[in-house]
Amino acid sequence: MKIEFGGGLEQLFDNKQTLELHFDEPEVTIQTVIEKLAQICNELRSNVCLFLQDGLVRPGILVLINDADWELLDKEDTVVEDKDTILFNSTLHGG
Amino acid sequence: MKPVCENCFKNDAALKRPRNGMKVCKECFFMLFETEIHQTIVDNQLFARNETVAIGASGGKDSTVLASVLKTLNARYDYGVNFVLLSIDEGIKGYRDDSLETVKRNQVQYDMPLEILSYDKLYGWTMDKIVAQIGKKNNCTYCGVFRRQALDRGCVQNSIGHVVTGHNADDVAETVLMNLMRGDIQRLDRCCDIVTGDSSSRVKRSKPLMYCYEKEIVLYAHYKNLDYFSTECTYSPEAFRGTARALIKNLEAVRPSAILDVIHSGKQFQLSKKSKARQVRAVQCSQCSYISSNTVCKACVLLNGLNASEPKLRLTEDEGGAALPVRVLEKLQF
Repeated sequence: MKIEFGGGLEQLFDNKQTLELHFDEPEVTIQTVIEKLAQICNELRSNVCLFLQDGLVRPGILVLINDADWELLDKEDTVVEDKDTILFNSTLHGG
Repeated sequence: MKPVCENCFKNDAALKRPRNGMKVCKECFFMLFETEIHQTIVDNQLFARNETVAIGASGGKDSTVLASVLKTLNARYDYGVNFVLLSIDEGIKGYRDDSLETVKRNQVQYDMPLEILSYDKLYGWTMDKIVAQIGKKNNCTYCGVFRRQALDRGCVQNSIGHVVTGHNADDVAETVLMNLMRGDIQRLDRCCDIVTGDSSSRVKRSKPLMYCYEKEIVLYAHYKNLDYFSTECTYSPEAFRGTARALIKNLEAVRPSAILDVIHSGKQFQLSKKSKARQVRAVQCSQCSYISSNTVCKACVLLNGLNASEPKLRLTEDEGGAALPVRVLEKLQF
């Protein structure tokens, strides 16, 4: 599964624009992906608070699944699989 | 399964619009987004034919989208406006120098002339030097006051009477809440005006994107593959503004229309006769002759303070900017 970061979020992930993730299950909810990313964030000693708030993606971070707004789908409960691309794009930076 | 676009009923929808929950495809989104900005421009008669207008360009998402959309609309609706990119170099190593590179590429991409003015040239101080002297507290105040005047000066120097900025709906709603929460009635009265600067000020300012959601600005830039810079300023933002921003974002998550609703409410505030009578008249600053509400303008007051207090130790310029030793020291405290 391909994870992309934009809007400064890459700074939380060792300045990597993209990341490959694999799960044992063929299908997972995006919340599982988010929790995995939070774990990576913690391992890198990045400030996970800039990514998560109360266990959910921080308001102001846009999530695009295969380039489509996750608000069109089921947000956290959207089921994703290995061939999907997920972009986390923060709007929380200066203009 | 992606839902179908609720505008053309042909393509897959790409996003849900926060203003009304409408699901639209990329093409319809571009058209709706651009047309709404055009409508704002027409309704408020923002531009005049043959006018030269400066676009306050930081290289960030808002001003990049502003420049791109204005170029598109100027061609599509024949406004007959000459646009110029105006950038301010605050002198922040690792932040502004990188974003200015973006603006230089925008100059080519949008085929607009570019003017860059630096704090160093205008005031004799870069933000790195200011932070080295005063620390990280309150430095946003200096930057904000200086930038506002710098944009004015840039316009005056180039005989331009109008500057547009990329302030979006989220920014304006945030400002309404901030003014409300600190009881700044005079600012509350005018923060929702799309055009500011009266007949006495030399430069008119306007915000063509003030009804555009930040979400849509970022998605417009993303889907159009616009070249913009998205790193947070190395000096942490004002705590109060940050809190107001988080509040707005949390409200948006629960009720997306809240952002436009706050602006709508903000527009209805009117000063009482008593407060209006207390309103200070604009005068010219006795030091720099810029428009001011006091005999000496805020920028000059701040500058006088900076120039008066001799730096306790001289810092040498290095790769991390003059503020690096301060940052290193602050890290040591942990």
